Amino acid sequence: MLNTTKSDYKQLASKYETKRPIWENCLRAFVVGGLVCAFGQLISFFYMYFFDFTEETVGDPTVATIIFITMILTGFGVYDKIAQFSGAGTAVPVSGFGNAVISAAIEHRSEGFVQGVGANMFKLAGSVILFGVFSAFVIALIKTILIQLGVI
Amino acid sequence: MLAGKQSWIFQNRPVISATGTAAGPFEAESKIADQIDLLHNDLYMGQPSFEQAHQQLIEDASKLVVQKAKLRFQDINFFISGDLINQMTPTNFAARMHRIPFLGMFNACATSTGSLALAALMVDSGSANYVLTGAASHNAAVEKQFRYPTEYGAQKPPTSQWTVTGSGFGLISDQGTGPVVTRATIGRVVDLNQTDPLNMGAAMAPAAADTIIAHFQDHSLSPDYYDLIVTGDLGEIGRSLTLQLLQDSQMNINEQQFIDCGLSIYNPEQNVFAGGSGAGCSALYLYSHLWQALNNKELNRILVIATGALLSPLSSSQKQAIPVIAHAVAIESEGI
Repeated sequence: MLNTTKSDYKQLASKYETKRPIWENCLRAFVVGGLVCAFGQLISFFYMYFFDFTEETVGDPTVATIIFITMILTGFGVYDKIAQFSGAGTAVPVSGFGNAVISAAIEHRSEGFVQGVGANMFKLAGSVILFGVFSAFVIALIKTILIQLGVI
Repeated sequence: MLAGKQSWIFQNRPVISATGTAAGPFEAESKIADQIDLLHNDLYMGQPSFEQAHQQLIEDASKLVVQKAKLRFQDINFFISGDLINQMTPTNFAARMHRIPFLGMFNACATSTGSLALAALMVDSGSANYVLTGAASHNAAVEKQFRYPTEYGAQKPPTSQWTVTGSGFGLISDQGTGPVVTRATIGRVVDLNQTDPLNMGAAMAPAAADTIIAHFQDHSLSPDYYDLIVTGDLGEIGRSLTLQLLQDSQMNINEQQFIDCGLSIYNPEQNVFAGGSGAGCSALYLYSHLWQALNNKELNRILVIATGALLSPLSSSQKQAIPVIAHAVAIESEGI
């Protein structure tokens, strides 16, 4: 019989665990994330230069374009490979959100449009929406109170 | 016959007289591709869903076994198998196709050796002439079940493993030629409070060590009795940990003699992180490469220990530790 206690094993297991290369991952995320944002900036300039958009209004078409590109890359099975390399670099920009929605939609297509795609599309991204909206609400509440109190 | 506390010794020569294996496109580039009977060039395998592709793998391998044994499905007494998908639909549905009397078995990735032990026991005790047994897994179906959508871009840590798309089945017969199943040890559920589902090797190592120790105690054998001690899908981390745990229990196993199916299937450039995994990992390697090596007498005696992590996505998100299990089966080219 194996005689090892849980705490002994915890120590042993952490000794053998291959650690995530945190600094390398950070560097990759920084570079790729920066490139995604620079590319987004180029798209913004494109819309402002060739179409009737201003700096305030160009956000929506830019985000839509990035999500569209993400959709194509996810559908052709390339996005997950880029993401394995870049980690947070492709997860944090809006492309990561798009990929979460699109990959779930593709995955559950076999279960039909209502119970599959519809019910599972926001399986991963749902919490981003929930907590995004909720934190925006809390911040807005704090700001309103501070304005009412005359602090800002 | 019972040997020791939790082991069996088979004296009536249950033989693995024929095997059948099928795998996916990624395995077609692996080290053992030439030894796999059927390779699919598409992950869907002509089916509308990954789950049905998973079922296809089981049906393919079952058909191959029966063809090679020159039998018909109705000649087989029992079918013992299982997989990792909810309610084991791929195996259950495959059993609907060939209609062999069926026992479903779930021990996660230890299903392959658990079913083989049970099949050998049935044949050895005279309760069956032919038993079809094995296991399968499908990368995309299992990822969907346990982790994220296939195309979701989550960065996998180096401790994670790659689920093998493949199936391996064998026919255990009371007559005929082939490698002989000689001994088995049924493992108990072990839990050393590991919680990371992306580090299965560390979770499963204690089960492997526990069963290996029990096997050698129950049979009063020493590790050098076997040419190879083969674990299922421990991966690099789990393998090192198991060796360490065995050493701490005064059991010294030669590192060259201790291999892992998950580390033996893929080529180094295929980058499968800590190694291959899944119920099909040990089954594919056992019923292709290892069976052929035993049949050609390149290997004489091996001990196969498949390990399984008995978690579900639900138990994992409810922060429960991962209970694990391992079953060992000894296969010898000559018998005892």
